[in-house]
Amino acid sequence: MSVRVYDLAHARAGDKGNTSNISVTAYNDEAWQVLHRELTPDRVLAHFRHLTPGPIRRYELPQLRALNFVLENALGGGVTRSLAIDPHGKSLSALMLTIDLPGHNE
Amino acid sequence: MAPTKIRIGCGAGFSDDRIPPGVEIVEKGDLDYLAMECLAERTIARETLDRTKDPTKGYTPVLLDRMEAIFPPALKRNIKIVTNMGAANPMGAARAVRKHANDWGCPDYVCAVVQGDEVTDIMRAHPELALMEDGTPLESLLPRMASANAYLGADVVAKGFSTGAELVITGRVADPALFLGPMLHAFGWSYDDYDKLGNGTLAGHLLECSGQLTGGCFADPGKKEVEDLAGLGYPLCDVWADGRVEVSKTPGSGGRLDIATCTEQLLYEMHDPSAYITPDCVLDASNVTFRQVEKDRVAFSGAQGKPRTATYKVVVGYFDGYMGSGEMGFAGYNAVARAKLGIEVVKERLRRRGFTYEEMRIDLIGMNSLHGNNADLTPEPYEVRLRIAARTPDKKAAEAVGAEVRSLHMQGPTGAGGGINFGAKQILAVKSVLIPREWVKPEIVMERAA
Repeated sequence: MSVRVYDLAHARAGDKGNTSNISVTAYNDEAWQVLHRELTPDRVLAHFRHLTPGPIRRYELPQLRALNFVLENALGGGVTRSLAIDPHGKSLSALMLTIDLPGHNE
Repeated sequence: MAPTKIRIGCGAGFSDDRIPPGVEIVEKGDLDYLAMECLAERTIARETLDRTKDPTKGYTPVLLDRMEAIFPPALKRNIKIVTNMGAANPMGAARAVRKHANDWGCPDYVCAVVQGDEVTDIMRAHPELALMEDGTPLESLLPRMASANAYLGADVVAKGFSTGAELVITGRVADPALFLGPMLHAFGWSYDDYDKLGNGTLAGHLLECSGQLTGGCFADPGKKEVEDLAGLGYPLCDVWADGRVEVSKTPGSGGRLDIATCTEQLLYEMHDPSAYITPDCVLDASNVTFRQVEKDRVAFSGAQGKPRTATYKVVVGYFDGYMGSGEMGFAGYNAVARAKLGIEVVKERLRRRGFTYEEMRIDLIGMNSLHGNNADLTPEPYEVRLRIAARTPDKKAAEAVGAEVRSLHMQGPTGAGGGINFGAKQILAVKSVLIPREWVKPEIVMERAA
């Protein structure tokens, strides 16, 4: 049984140049265990592959039950020259939440 | 005598941020200082252009509207203001405010201006500097350079206040420095008080985007509720001389401020949390914890400052051609197929007119415009909007994009409605370099009534 990141965490996206960063914060300890184990940089890259070739780095803040993903080359050349309708990638936090993870008992 | 505690409010978090919550925090926040952050990465490039057309301009366009609403109630309450609305012309901003201050009922005040962040001459003298983005030399951008500004630190803000100024106007200053500056001034912290610098920098980082700390950018109906989002209040921080900080928001305002909103904002636009580089310190936020003190009030600990780097970051704005774009809507049966036909028609018409583009982007709004989904795998919506955007050095080619999209009303597929031609916009792009601190000579200049 799979579980949606949306049901485990909330997220916010920010931009610097052509790099997007998306924080993912778990709602509780149990959700944190799943996120920490399953929401790997490879899994995120697979979900964002159509937007960026990577690299993607993951930083962990266990005391806040938060992960911070840094997605390089993800903003169409950067806020200032991107042709995208959302050049800041503000909406990409919601894309992160659409990732499905293997569930607790797998 | 130095105070034991000060309270700093945020009055704006981007250039066109909402003014009413800024007035509200001045009137009800019991503040000592108000900081207004109004410069994005590239806005200063646009304002540098304004200044080349009119030497009295070049400050943030909304300056006078914002100051008319906020300055009189702030001055009345002895709240000192710092803002980077000076943008590309801090002295011009100070003079513009002075010109109107009498009419606003503010005949008497002291204003300090921070100058010296502009470094275009230094850029021209050092074409060998490596761009942070790709390591290539700055040289190739110089012929197209529109602006270059160093991110100054909190020391210049503190120096501004040390003149006795009620109003400090800056150009490019690092966003958290607008908040750390009043702390350095009020408490006399020095640049080796690393714990205090870390706390003050984190406080500034949390507050600098105004409502993003207090429930903005957060609500998800049925999942994450925000009380009275319409009445969202701006944040403030209480800072003690020993470096302790608590963040809160305007009493009685809408929104929410708790560990969840603080955690999201902590990581906002942060890459490596153990090394957040500012001109004032390198902040290690990787061990930060939050504690809910009471409703809408949070304390934090674990922010560790480390010595500042030997360099200033400079953002260089440069011209990068034009972007043209337009949109057209379709609804009902076969809407997506009609939108796709419209796209092919516009592309072919642009091609036959001989226009070429560096890059063209096609979106089907309602299907793939935000997350870049594969439209062929997305369920067809009842309504869809096509959007075409393209970049080119040729202004005429850029203008043709939106014009051809809008022409689909009459010369496209059936039932094309709601067309918009967004015209051609000149693109001001940015890249960054690092330069040694000693190349930059910031100075405080007093603006005085004529």
